Amino acid sequence: MNTVPLSVRLAQRGLDSVTLLVLPAVLCVIGLFVYPFLYGLVLSFAPKTGGILANYRKFFADPFLYDTIGTTLLIAVPATLLNTVVSIPVALRVRLMAKPRLLTTILVIPITLGTVLVAEGLLNYLGPRGWLNRALLEFGLSDHPVRLVHNYWGVFLSLVITGFPFTFLLTQSYVTGIDPSLEQAGAMLGARAPARFRRILLPLLIPGLTVTLCLSFVQAFSVFPSAVLLGAPAGPTRVISIAAYQAAFEQYDYSMASAIAMIMAAVQVLIVVALLAARGLVYRGPAGGGKG
Amino acid sequence: MAIAAPDFRELRLDGVSRDFGVLNALRDVTLTVGRGEFIALLGPSGCGKSTALNCLAGLLPLTSGSIWLDDRRIDQLGPEARGFGMVFQNYALFPHMSVRRNVAFGLEMQGRPKAEIARRVDEAIQLVRLTAQADKLPGQISGGQQQRVAIARAIVVEPPLVLMDEPLSNLDAKLRLEMRTEIRRIHTMLGCSTIYVTHDQDEALSLADRIVVLRDGLVRQVGTPEELYARPSQPDVAEFMGYRNLLSTRAEAAGAGLVVRVSGAALAGTPVGEVWPGPAIVAIRPEDLTPSPDAPIAVTVDAAEYRGRDFYGLAHTGDGTELFFRSETRVVAGEALRLGASAARVLVYPA
Repeated sequence: MNTVPLSVRLAQRGLDSVTLLVLPAVLCVIGLFVYPFLYGLVLSFAPKTGGILANYRKFFADPFLYDTIGTTLLIAVPATLLNTVVSIPVALRVRLMAKPRLLTTILVIPITLGTVLVAEGLLNYLGPRGWLNRALLEFGLSDHPVRLVHNYWGVFLSLVITGFPFTFLLTQSYVTGIDPSLEQAGAMLGARAPARFRRILLPLLIPGLTVTLCLSFVQAFSVFPSAVLLGAPAGPTRVISIAAYQAAFEQYDYSMASAIAMIMAAVQVLIVVALLAARGLVYRGPAGGGKG
Repeated sequence: MAIAAPDFRELRLDGVSRDFGVLNALRDVTLTVGRGEFIALLGPSGCGKSTALNCLAGLLPLTSGSIWLDDRRIDQLGPEARGFGMVFQNYALFPHMSVRRNVAFGLEMQGRPKAEIARRVDEAIQLVRLTAQADKLPGQISGGQQQRVAIARAIVVEPPLVLMDEPLSNLDAKLRLEMRTEIRRIHTMLGCSTIYVTHDQDEALSLADRIVVLRDGLVRQVGTPEELYARPSQPDVAEFMGYRNLLSTRAEAAGAGLVVRVSGAALAGTPVGEVWPGPAIVAIRPEDLTPSPDAPIAVTVDAAEYRGRDFYGLAHTGDGTELFFRSETRVVAGEALRLGASAARVLVYPA
């Protein structure tokens, strides 16, 4: 026989014994993500009463349930946009610093604290007896305590504080990927800072910013602890994850909870796909200025 | 919007220095560049030549000193206000813009009318012979073509001064020679001044009207290519300009009858600077050191290579001194020769 052995042909396609090293990861993904997801999907189509789609019908018939989508978007979208927009100038500034490590560390600390600790802290600081309101009253800037917790703003602020480090780290990695000589070339051609940003940096950042937006949005959309602790979980901050929690652990309707989780995932996927599709309309090549 | 720098008669660097912490990257550089001149900043890596260029461009602030365009002080202006053109070592083309839009960028920043931009961009692209590639992205064209886009982008705004930072170092040998001719052609055609940073002495010799040799942030010598080639003022400049035979010797007699000893053999030389009898340094180019039957230095050949037309070799004398030489006829390792050079091509420096 004159054929190439199967093992060689497989190796040429990137499959050899080293490929086996991905097995543990694959098993983890299957065991911890794929299986629960499929289990939940199937479960969502097996309601306590009614036909296959009964859970979904119930969700979209009851404003108390379907309104949670809007409520969550109303918190997650502005928080994501704010984090992303603010992270750009900060990352651009940090890039120019000789020793960016200290600032980066300070900015990243909230990520290590966890949502609950931040929520507890915010309750103390921003509450009616917290230092912020005391200071405002003391200096006569306000004649009554400003309400910043147990409402929309408490959840929003918490999402900004815990989400920003994550967004910043992503944006920073994209910003540092842009060859600094491109900006210098722009300056040599007479472009001032605003024109350099608009014409050179921003177009090169957009592909990365889209990914940053997607990941930050997914994180913000699944907000739960701060919506309960800092928000008004019965009203203005009744986010979709609270609806799922109540279905599962207050009504013991796991099937309904699965359906809500699936709807949550669908909304996230819809927005992520839309963002990535929009990205395809702009330049996506390398951000270097040299030979490719 | 930025305004193109007005035409100038001379550019003056006055005591320009730049420190990086404890390191002096550039020390007290004073230099005058005339309109239309092609100046090469030549030196080994780390000599401060790129620092000097970035200071001129406005990309690096000076630590002390000043830069003047005639009577106007420009060292406090940002790069966008100076109106100079710059060709970067890595070209720094905007990867998301086509060749045409890259070239148009500077004119757009000046707020020129659309029709004028289109016309001038077409002219510049034609000048660098890239008409067929005008609508491609930088990533889709070759290194040599990218290089030409970078040049077109820098010159389309007709800057009075063009700065080039080792623009040929990323190209292969053949392209490098082609682009060298091209750069000189464009310079002559536009009549702009060019300051060209390079570590390649051949490039500097063939392109420049004047060469500035830098070393450790100091200007070592300024001169025409002919001056630097034939008579470098310092031994270290000589070494950089291709005087590969750089030997410590003793000078005997002074002035016109100067004679140096190379491994015991007497060699007539030309003094550069004040040379007195005693320790001295002698510098000879390999191409000036040739074999002949009555030459003074007896050597044994170690190795020789054919470089087309001539052979270049390495030989050693009786006391082990190594000499690089040239021969018109074939020489082989182990052969005994006598080497010599004319007195005018044996440069003697005070030690």
